[in-house]
Amino acid sequence: MTTPMDKHVLLRDEDVQDIRELAVYQANEGYAGWKKAVTSMKGEEVIGVVKDSGLRGRGGAGFPAGLKWSFIPKDINPKYVTVNCDESEPGTFKDHQLIRNNPHQVIEGTALCCYAIGAHVAYIYCRGEFKEPVQNLQKAIDDAYAAGLLGKNLFGTDYSLDVYVHLGAGAYICGEESALIESLEGKIGQPRLKPPFPAVSGLYNKPTVINNVETLANVPGIVLNGSAWYRQWGTEKSPGVKIFSVSGHVKKPDNYELPLGKYSIQDLLEMAGGSSTGLPIKAVLPAGSSSPIIPAVNFHAKLDYESMGTIGSVLGSCSWIFMDESVDMVWAARKMIRFFKHESCGKCTPCREGTHWALKLYDKMLSGEATMADVDMITTVNKQISGKCFCPLGEFSTSSMTFTLKHFRKDYEDFIAQGKGGSAAYRRELERDHHMHELHGQAKAHS
Amino acid sequence: MADLVNVTIDGVAVAVPKGTLVVDAAKKLGNDIPVFCYHPKLKPVGMCRMCLVDVGTPKVDPATKQVVKDDAGNVVIAWMPKLTTGCTTPVSEGMAVRTATQQVKDAREDVLEFLLTSHPLDCPVCDKGGECPLQNLTLAHGPGQSRFDYEAKQHNDKHVPLGDLIFLDRERCIQCARCIRFQDDIADDHVLQFFERGRHMEIMTLSEPGFDSYFSGNTTDICPVGALTSADFRFKARPWELDAAQSVCNHCPVGCNTTLNTRLETKTGGREIKRVMPRQNEQVNEIWLCDKGRFVHHYTRADDKLTQPMVRRDGKLVEATWDQAFGVIAERVRAAESVAGVIGDRIANEDAFAVARAVRSTGKGSVSMSPAISAAYADIVRACGVGAATDLKQIGKGDVILVVNADVEEQAPVWFLRLRQAAVDRGAKLVVAHHRSTKMHRYAAQIMRYEIGGIDAWVADSAKLLPDLTAARNVLIAFGDEKLDAPAARSLAQHLANLLIDSGHAGKANSGLLAMYPHGNTQGVFDVTAPMPAVAEAGVVWAVGVGDRADLPQASFLVVQDVVMTELASQADVVLPASSFAERDGSYTSGDRRVQRFYRALPAAGQARPDWWIAQEVARKLGAEWRYEGAGQIFADIVTQIPGYASLSYEALAKGEEQWPPMGRGDLYYGGTVYDNEGGLGVRYVAEAEVGTVVRYEVGAPIAALSGLERPERMLYQDGELIRRSHVMASHVVKPAVA
Repeated sequence: MTTPMDKHVLLRDEDVQDIRELAVYQANEGYAGWKKAVTSMKGEEVIGVVKDSGLRGRGGAGFPAGLKWSFIPKDINPKYVTVNCDESEPGTFKDHQLIRNNPHQVIEGTALCCYAIGAHVAYIYCRGEFKEPVQNLQKAIDDAYAAGLLGKNLFGTDYSLDVYVHLGAGAYICGEESALIESLEGKIGQPRLKPPFPAVSGLYNKPTVINNVETLANVPGIVLNGSAWYRQWGTEKSPGVKIFSVSGHVKKPDNYELPLGKYSIQDLLEMAGGSSTGLPIKAVLPAGSSSPIIPAVNFHAKLDYESMGTIGSVLGSCSWIFMDESVDMVWAARKMIRFFKHESCGKCTPCREGTHWALKLYDKMLSGEATMADVDMITTVNKQISGKCFCPLGEFSTSSMTFTLKHFRKDYEDFIAQGKGGSAAYRRELERDHHMHELHGQAKAHS
Repeated sequence: MADLVNVTIDGVAVAVPKGTLVVDAAKKLGNDIPVFCYHPKLKPVGMCRMCLVDVGTPKVDPATKQVVKDDAGNVVIAWMPKLTTGCTTPVSEGMAVRTATQQVKDAREDVLEFLLTSHPLDCPVCDKGGECPLQNLTLAHGPGQSRFDYEAKQHNDKHVPLGDLIFLDRERCIQCARCIRFQDDIADDHVLQFFERGRHMEIMTLSEPGFDSYFSGNTTDICPVGALTSADFRFKARPWELDAAQSVCNHCPVGCNTTLNTRLETKTGGREIKRVMPRQNEQVNEIWLCDKGRFVHHYTRADDKLTQPMVRRDGKLVEATWDQAFGVIAERVRAAESVAGVIGDRIANEDAFAVARAVRSTGKGSVSMSPAISAAYADIVRACGVGAATDLKQIGKGDVILVVNADVEEQAPVWFLRLRQAAVDRGAKLVVAHHRSTKMHRYAAQIMRYEIGGIDAWVADSAKLLPDLTAARNVLIAFGDEKLDAPAARSLAQHLANLLIDSGHAGKANSGLLAMYPHGNTQGVFDVTAPMPAVAEAGVVWAVGVGDRADLPQASFLVVQDVVMTELASQADVVLPASSFAERDGSYTSGDRRVQRFYRALPAAGQARPDWWIAQEVARKLGAEWRYEGAGQIFADIVTQIPGYASLSYEALAKGEEQWPPMGRGDLYYGGTVYDNEGGLGVRYVAEAEVGTVVRYEVGAPIAALSGLERPERMLYQDGELIRRSHVMASHVVKPAVA
């Protein structure tokens, strides 16, 4: 099966060569929606059309974008728009492609959001590792300024807008909106207590919209062509198109832009060329390490927010990591726990201490010293973290344990019964991780 | 009251003000929800997850918007799917809270077990052991045993100096951020921050020199574990070995309530102050204390503490008996034409009263105060100072705080904290007038700047503030005498009093003057001695508690009565050893006219005696017949003789009332001050403007443009005979500089 979108809405760089250049983007309806909005629409009208389109946030939570914008109080100024390009979920690489290859569409969507809520400043917060693709984004912003698409008195009106790019320092938690705001303000990246929500008190304690890059990239088309145009794709509750970052044991790992609700997980797998190893696919993580793992038996589910719920998982940020039969779920769960332990910001106790303890237990599994009592202890510690954390990071960390235990408990039992722990490969892995830890300690001592 | 909200906690109904947090509402019922990151004096953050409880609200039918009731007519509660942090959840009408369910108990045990996986459990050698919230809450709610069976506990640095006053034990830290939040939200010194993340997260200082704040000691009180300790107290004693005496700090006009922890020292054979802690008085210092008040106490056991009378023989001071010393003094007084008593403003009311009485009973004595300048305007503060019912917590929106020629953080640190909160957290309008920048300027809605020596210009300009002051609900005026001489300072005080009178705020609660007096009993010494300007010279000068101050009359015979061997004392003809404040009872009158008692913590050092005893014995040697048996008896005389003090009594000063939120011994899980306030809250006497008619002052001498410029700006840690004797403060002492 080949890519079903003959004309992309988001990944337009796959249809139009050099669309990253301003002239090419403009020749392909670029900034037409922007001009239309600033010269002929009110902010509320922009919010209205986005609301009608049913566009939902693409960062993971799926919150309706237009509704979010409508929460911004009118009488408090200044307001801000903050674009979440921290893209840190393992297996996610869609925003990367957008800012690298189709940056003007991101800028236009950002600008439209600003205009809609009456903000005059936007910050695009990119993860620090995006230093190189951000050059494309910055050039696009510079070109937009030079062309009078950003800056003062746009299109002869009294509306002005500045857009800035800010590079983070490499923390997963800064993808959480309030931690992102803290980081943007120059503080340590830790989530804020909610309420108040950013819509009321966000950046510099002012009303702030935070949207994902992909969410905003949808907006230019919606404003230019109307909500009905956007609703030609997707379902009633999951309208539009979505980018699926596919990786793992597939032949063609890539970003795939699909209408929501039309295709199944199995279809997606086939689009990506199927298993790259020849071994059957065992399971998939639909939204990186934060998501409940989906065993192959549920691959019939359709790719939309509602259907994913019915099989006990989530659509999330759509970072689909396929794993074949060779993957031991104990090993996979440890990988994920190690990630969360490393990325835990440390603000709340269960996440800070719990992920550490859980990793200790998984290390024990890999080292070959564990018994079934340790598997039970994993279950216990998992429960002990669950439901008590300050922010979703800690809660997400439990997914890897909860759902590998739920769907693949046999892997754990076999791991113990067959004495898989302590193998040369696992020992090497533990040593390497330990070494990394030491290096980290040395780097800290020198800092 | 319309603002009350009804909640049910474990089936018990309580009505609390709107906005109250669940933990505080439960506290009202005596239900102690365990907390670590939450502290009633700090904004909630919900980090530690210890206070998880089950919260529900009345179920509402979405169709009818009506509260759903069951068959029996009871409101159906919709419980939240997950446990909720009680420290971040404000109560709402009809809310129900469950704190004793198995789920809640498990959650507490779970969180504690997690916390203890990285805590060293070195309680037996920890300074906090015995008064540690983590220890107490673990015993109350924790698992008896840990299932974390790894040897690899965290092993981090245990002696990290954040500054030279505060040390951090990185192992013990539970990352609650109370210290960071205190520094950010209360002290406004952003000198602490987290570094790294996750389990590596640790406290670091951002300032150079480290932990650069006048309030750093407070973080050791509110730290819920033994992670932060002071250079002064760490490894010095176990909390249960300490005796506690209730005292009052006398180093600035605030009059912070303190607890002096003492212990018998076998090495030195005496009892020593091991620690000074704030004592909760919500009217005065809440639970805070500045570092000077906390760490300056070492002079009470200085090597050169005076313990024996001395008289000068053959040019040298030699030890003498009390009787010999009194004999020499009496002889010289009889021979002299005049006697000048100079009374320092840090000694107790009872001392000052007795000294003045002794000096005057010679029949040729005059009494003055040192430093003299405050005496030039203390009568105006007595008349137009803050109203007796003033509560700084009530100052907020609609009020104006005018700060004139004062650096509040340097001169009255805890007033700085409280005035800042009034402006920043509660919205009082702050107007700052000064010739230089102060920390208060950060929060000023209006800054009025004048040249050094140019306060006249501001006085002329200040008329334009009148409409604002008149419109304000309350007007507080904090002022100081920096760079002014006595007549100029008096003129400024008169002018400020007139602003209060003209704007209709004189003699009102929550309005009035706040003077940045130099020490803790300036107002009291002024009140009970009725001093006159110092004479130019006298036959005998008797300087009591004046330290190293040089503003003395010329003397042919100098008697110095003090606590330590000051420069001045070393030049005296007779040196009389006075007890430090810690060795006796007494009372002080703070800069806002609150009279407060302090109590004896240490036995007399050697032959040292209270100033009042020494004074009366000198008087008796000269033939006087009066005699006091104790400070209380003197206070009884003060009450009958000193205007304004008539309504006071030692009993009234010693009265306490419940301090909310409670943080003392009985509730040792919030952390903060450790001891309950049993020494009394003191009583603020009534300002004259509150009872009599108020007459505008005829402003006397113009505030001469160039007078008093040589006077140094007064800084908290400026060099002096007491701070110099505190080794922990050594690196902080600043020499006075004339700008």
